[in-house]
Amino acid sequence: MLNKNFYLILITSAVFGISFWIGFNINLLPAEASINAPIYDELFKILFIIGLIIFIGMTIAVIYSLFKFRKRKDQYGDGVALEGNLTLEIVWTIIPSIIVLIIGLYSYNIYDRMGGMKELNHSHEMMTSNTEKIWAGISQASNNEVASNNLSVEVSAMQFAFLFNYPKGEFISGELHVPVDRKVSMKMESKDVIHAFWVPEFRIKQDIIPGQPTILNFTPTKVGKYPIICAELCGPYHGGMRASIIVEEESDYKDWFNKNTKTEVSL
Amino acid sequence: MTISIDPQDSNTKSLQPKGWLRYFSFSLDHKVIGIQYLVCGFLFYLIGGTLASAIRIELASPMSDFMPRDVYNQVLTLHGTIMIFLWIVPVVNGAFGNYLIPFYVGARDMAFPRLNAVAFWLIPPSGLMLVASYFVEGAAQAGWTAYPPLSITTPQSGQIIWIMSVLLLGGSSIFGGINFIATIIKLRRPGLKLMQLPMYCWAMLGTSLLVVLSTPVLAGTLILLSFDIVAHTGFFNPVLGGNVVVYQHLFWFYSHPAVYIMVLPAFGLVSEILPVHSRKPLFGYTTMVFSIMGIVVLGLVVWAHHMFTSGTPPWMRLFFTIATAFIAVPTGIKFFNWVATLWGGKISINSAMLFSCGFIINFVFGGITGVALAQVPFDIHVHDTYFVVAHFHYIVYGGTVFIIFSSIYHWFPKVTGKLMSEKLGILHFAITFVGFNLCFAPQHWLGLNGMPRRVAEYDPQFQFVNQISSVGALLMAISTIPFLINIFLSIKNGSDSGDNPWNALTPEWLTSSPPPVENWEGEAPLVEEPYGYGKTKTKEN
Repeated sequence: MLNKNFYLILITSAVFGISFWIGFNINLLPAEASINAPIYDELFKILFIIGLIIFIGMTIAVIYSLFKFRKRKDQYGDGVALEGNLTLEIVWTIIPSIIVLIIGLYSYNIYDRMGGMKELNHSHEMMTSNTEKIWAGISQASNNEVASNNLSVEVSAMQFAFLFNYPKGEFISGELHVPVDRKVSMKMESKDVIHAFWVPEFRIKQDIIPGQPTILNFTPTKVGKYPIICAELCGPYHGGMRASIIVEEESDYKDWFNKNTKTEVSL
Repeated sequence: MTISIDPQDSNTKSLQPKGWLRYFSFSLDHKVIGIQYLVCGFLFYLIGGTLASAIRIELASPMSDFMPRDVYNQVLTLHGTIMIFLWIVPVVNGAFGNYLIPFYVGARDMAFPRLNAVAFWLIPPSGLMLVASYFVEGAAQAGWTAYPPLSITTPQSGQIIWIMSVLLLGGSSIFGGINFIATIIKLRRPGLKLMQLPMYCWAMLGTSLLVVLSTPVLAGTLILLSFDIVAHTGFFNPVLGGNVVVYQHLFWFYSHPAVYIMVLPAFGLVSEILPVHSRKPLFGYTTMVFSIMGIVVLGLVVWAHHMFTSGTPPWMRLFFTIATAFIAVPTGIKFFNWVATLWGGKISINSAMLFSCGFIINFVFGGITGVALAQVPFDIHVHDTYFVVAHFHYIVYGGTVFIIFSSIYHWFPKVTGKLMSEKLGILHFAITFVGFNLCFAPQHWLGLNGMPRRVAEYDPQFQFVNQISSVGALLMAISTIPFLINIFLSIKNGSDSGDNPWNALTPEWLTSSPPPVENWEGEAPLVEEPYGYGKTKTKEN
């Protein structure tokens, strides 16, 4: 009996060890380029490890049973007439319930840290809050909700392009240029069908809906060029509906901004 | 004898054609209807599979070069619609439900045989109509979800035919659901208690409740959508003041329960197969029943997890996260109980058993990614990407389709009186399992790293992983060949199976194989312990 328990403990610790090792050493995600990304990756890592433990454990149990309890050639008759075990069933009802509850609370915490639980209608909060918001409201965005330090951009999506309107410069760009480490506040609206704004390196996505503006806020943290991808089927050229977001140093951004503003004025 | 057969009914039955012709007739025999559902569903599976192959060929290269872009969208729309409404739903519900439920309750047929035949005969015309819409003005191209305003602005005839077809298939599904509820509740043999029914009856009772509660909502939604298209009303058209998000709520109110309509019957079927081949009682019968009903109740209140990026208020996101994640609890109980059923058994490793175990492994994987997807912050990154595509194929293919194959291997001797070749069956399993995992496991990575779903072209950095996936799809296509050879060879030359080749205790095996027209020569046997392995049997041995 001691021997059996010993093997059980050995296998369990091996499953945990392997899962933790994979969880910490194998990265399945793209580069982290916004404040949201490291928070997201923390949640991903935890879900990945818990998932691996359950998956590897169940797979071992199934394959072990198939091997250990296979019917040998000289065997006849049935297995043990075991119809259930209440204690065991209570255990595997309660343990998953607790795991699910903990994951739920933890992801609520993550979501709150991403700024998802903040109401967008409260414009005052928008102005003062330092946290990033990724929740996009259906509510109309009022003008005063953009704080002075925030970069505000109006996004319009159509089949099959994104256009970025910089209200302060009074010009429209096909590329989204943003300065690094500054909060970007976007009001998005679609001209025709539903589109979605997705930047994988930022771990954010929001549908762009015709007739209902949506809001998306983020703070880029890494200079570079990242793809903006439409993630909602919008017609034949959906796969080609892409744009770029260029995160640059404040000075580079200012140069670009002034250059564009001036051209617009000279026209 | 309380099951009285209307004399007129028996008379009609004697007029029914015999031999293979009966499968093309308006037969009222539940066994004939079951086979009609299965074969018809499988033919549509071959069409849907061909479309899937076309998608994987297109995605083998990052450019859109295999077919025109609008045709690609038609192909993915038809692939989803056919696989859901014409293959999985009719087969796990209609085919196995019709064949098995009357045996399990000890009846001679379903409660409403004519309604049953009507339910089946709605399927071939609506399916053919759907496929033929490609030749009219192009098939629907707004995806199987048909989100407006895209579905309002794409070519109309294809979309309208799509709506008509899905409405008819939904009607067929509702007729079937009513029939199953009536049969299970009212047609039970005297003395047979509800808690003595085989687990598949409970699964079908739960599924049918979901069908009856949610399918009418889909029908209503699609009728409103068709008004928007042909009569220019403004329910979902934002140009006329309509709300596109309302459509999504209504659509997913059906289409999330639809996932349980596709997997609960599979849960029932695997609960029949595992005890027989591991020679052990089903572990935890009562908890299995309660977990089915738990899934039914929870399944109705989780729909908005499909809309986390659509613009839903935070409280709603939180509620649907927790409700969705909690489905993992009753589902988990079932998986632990199945492994406990295997534990300590005398397991015959045959095709039916291998497909069932493949199902457990695949579904656990799909379930884990499902719990992750239920978390709002997780979902926001991967929503509408290949991660989701991989997740739901692990559920519906790795889960349900594996069980459909398992069930075919398990019940083939019942239907034909012949055994299937185990060698070809195990070959079929091996190719399917490897091909399936090769096709869909890499897609998780694609989604996490930036490949959205429903695209004909993609970033060239994803080409290699997409090609791995396409090779997996090729293996899945190839795996159909040994299966079909096995079916035809076994029907023609298969060795005689006897009435009960597996020594099973469930009632369908307690009559001849193939069974007589009204199921039993005499009265239906009273089976109080359908899973009593190791109890009565060992005494006999």
